[in-house]
Amino acid sequence: MSKRVALEASHAVAEAVKMADVDVISAYPITPQTHIPERLAEMVANGELKASYIPVESEHSALSACLGASSVGARAFTTTAGQGLELMHEVVYVASSMRYPVVMVICNRALSAPISVWGDHSDVMACRDTGWIQVFCENNQEAFDLTLWAFRVGEDSRVLFPVMVNLDGFTLSHVIEPVFLPEQSEVDRFLPKFNYPFALDPDRPMTHGALGLPDLYSEAKVAQEVAFRKSTGIILQGWKEFGDIFGRYYCPVESYKAEGAKTLLLTMGSYSETAKVTVDERQAKGDSLGLLRLRLWRPFPFEELRQAVKGVETVIVFDRCISFGMGGPVFSEVKSALYGEEPRPKIVGIVGGLGGRDMSAEDFGYVIDRGKEIAEKGSDRILEVVGVRGEMVSIRGQ
Amino acid sequence: MADREFVKFGQNIVTTQELLAQGHNFCTGCGEALAIRLACKAVGENMIMNMATGCDEVCTTPLPVTSWRIPWMHTLFENASATISGVEAGLKSLMAKGKMPERDIKCVAVGGDGGTSDIGLQALSGALERGHDFLYLCWDNEAYMNTGIQRSSSTPYGASTTTAPAGKVSIGQTSWKKNMVEICAAHNIPYTATACPSYYLDLMKKVKKGAEVKGPAYIHILSPCPTGWRYPSNMTVEIGRLAVQTGIFPLYEVENGRYRLNADPPELKPVREYLKLQGRYRHLTDGEIERIQQRVSEEYTRLKEKAACFPA
Amino acid sequence: MAQEKLRTAYDFTWRDMEVGNIVTEAGNASLRRTGDWRSERPVIDKEKCSRCGRCWIYCPDGAIKIIDGGYYEPDLYYCKGCGICANICPVAAITMIEEEEI
Repeated sequence: MSKRVALEASHAVAEAVKMADVDVISAYPITPQTHIPERLAEMVANGELKASYIPVESEHSALSACLGASSVGARAFTTTAGQGLELMHEVVYVASSMRYPVVMVICNRALSAPISVWGDHSDVMACRDTGWIQVFCENNQEAFDLTLWAFRVGEDSRVLFPVMVNLDGFTLSHVIEPVFLPEQSEVDRFLPKFNYPFALDPDRPMTHGALGLPDLYSEAKVAQEVAFRKSTGIILQGWKEFGDIFGRYYCPVESYKAEGAKTLLLTMGSYSETAKVTVDERQAKGDSLGLLRLRLWRPFPFEELRQAVKGVETVIVFDRCISFGMGGPVFSEVKSALYGEEPRPKIVGIVGGLGGRDMSAEDFGYVIDRGKEIAEKGSDRILEVVGVRGEMVSIRGQ
Repeated sequence: MADREFVKFGQNIVTTQELLAQGHNFCTGCGEALAIRLACKAVGENMIMNMATGCDEVCTTPLPVTSWRIPWMHTLFENASATISGVEAGLKSLMAKGKMPERDIKCVAVGGDGGTSDIGLQALSGALERGHDFLYLCWDNEAYMNTGIQRSSSTPYGASTTTAPAGKVSIGQTSWKKNMVEICAAHNIPYTATACPSYYLDLMKKVKKGAEVKGPAYIHILSPCPTGWRYPSNMTVEIGRLAVQTGIFPLYEVENGRYRLNADPPELKPVREYLKLQGRYRHLTDGEIERIQQRVSEEYTRLKEKAACFPA
Repeated sequence: MAQEKLRTAYDFTWRDMEVGNIVTEAGNASLRRTGDWRSERPVIDKEKCSRCGRCWIYCPDGAIKIIDGGYYEPDLYYCKGCGICANICPVAAITMIEEEEI
């Protein structure tokens, strides 16, 4: 019988890590993630969680230590944000290409400069190419659920890929909401023991991390991509198993009141909740409008997205990051994914919520209105933004 | 002096097992390969090794082959100490929770001078401070050899490297070698030492000791490099001996803060005898050699004074 | 030594790659004939040899074999011809001779 507890999202993550019986926690504190390693340290100090807690001296070492732990078959967890994620950037690639199923929770934070400790998606957008399974949470229940699910899927012997679970910094990580916590016995049914098939062991010596000369590197990368794409099957299976045991079913692309809608707003992360308020308001006024939320970011949910936009005229993509010189990254990817669709909807991108800038329901109202305007008349602005003071420059330079 | 050690070695110290399989890509006459081979014999097969990027990693694991007959992992250049921290913590946790039978597996992190004293220093310092039970072995060939003989903080004063070459207005390396043993000893770890493969028994005893000590141990191993130091490949062992006999690379240990000089010849050979054999020092004038001689003599005297504080 | 066939990269398609490119065959580099590298080879004079074992211990490639009677013999499959053994032999029992053209 699960119990309903008021928990800060960071603490909900810590609960999930505890119930997953993680063996090694190796993390470096960085705002706004600090409540996670702090709560975990407390659990270890009290004997609530039996794990080796490594207070590493940098994020680069944090993830490196997780790789070491994984290599001997230990279940490893780390967490970071913003600059920390960028400091460990080279290790992030290695975790995937060496196929260590580490789970990492990111409290998404804006990137310097200027230095900002507040939330946006720029940190994780720099990790699109790294080969980690990546999901975005909207609320505290998802933060708990997806952290648990991450171990199940990453460690599956048909997957063996690391998993990133994203929480918006402050607007999700520090929010207190009621969370259903399951029984440990239910968790044990869902999450089997980690059985790493290539564990380093003196009885069966293996070599992890050999040199890839040009005559073999391509084959290695293709093998990695094929395995990564195939992991979608187990991702979905993991969500089905999760739902069967805990009663909450998750999917790659969540539709909110999108049935028959002509226009869809596409969001990721916790700002989606505010956007849903706007959708409700507009629908009450008779607008044909719905919302799509990308929960699964990598491997990109091509099929589910294409299915969700069938019959839709306009998709307005809301980004919380600028990819300099290119615009909103989610916008670029959604456009690219839908390019081959016949017919394809008009796709518009608007950027906002950078560096912790709040988005109100009105702001999302602007996004929808401006998005429809651009879909109809086009735009000559170099970038579409919401909630930014100052007139936008046109592509002709004024 | 040290030739007294070379009596017929005891078979119970030196195993014939080759944990570093033949067929590797180390240069002809490589001092690092010799050091690795000896160190592996000293630790034994019951270990997990984490290696930093460098000559050692590149020469032993060109896919699809490996020279390793031990469980071995390499990830990046600067994080061998961090990954071994995870290995050590992982094994501890799994054994404590009964997920794995209790056994004694030696955790060994290794790297060259680049991966240890430069880019790897942070991770090493962190691992030493946290007190993980592991052994760190640094193969010091005094430059970033694998990428083409570029300078490191372990390159000695006056040596010519490709990024600090000797030229019309430069002597080559203008800084003195970073003292890794002192840095590690300052972390108050149970055991730190220097070693040289030319004194194989001393090296192997120290490596074995470091592996067995509870807590962190660090051993700095001079690894003469024919390619980078520019000497004929057959001189590796001889040059290593001269490094010790001139006082340039003294053999000593720091055990729980107590200094012990392992070999103290009644008279040190002049540094010139060591320097003149290597092409990387060919450009040095007499004045510069004298400067090196002075510094070596001073540092050796200081080391002796430290050791004298701790009677046997 | 060289019993099985040495697989090179060209024997692998992407489907043959192990997960994480892990090599599960310990020490399979021992199939590689590094003896092809050398231009000189060591010759050990059994008459002079004192069986001290220094040549065996000081070979960076582990290319000296221990043979009957505690004597030593170069393993020409691996020997790269560095000459360390000849240089350090205390009784000058080892000489380096030029590798002949075949």
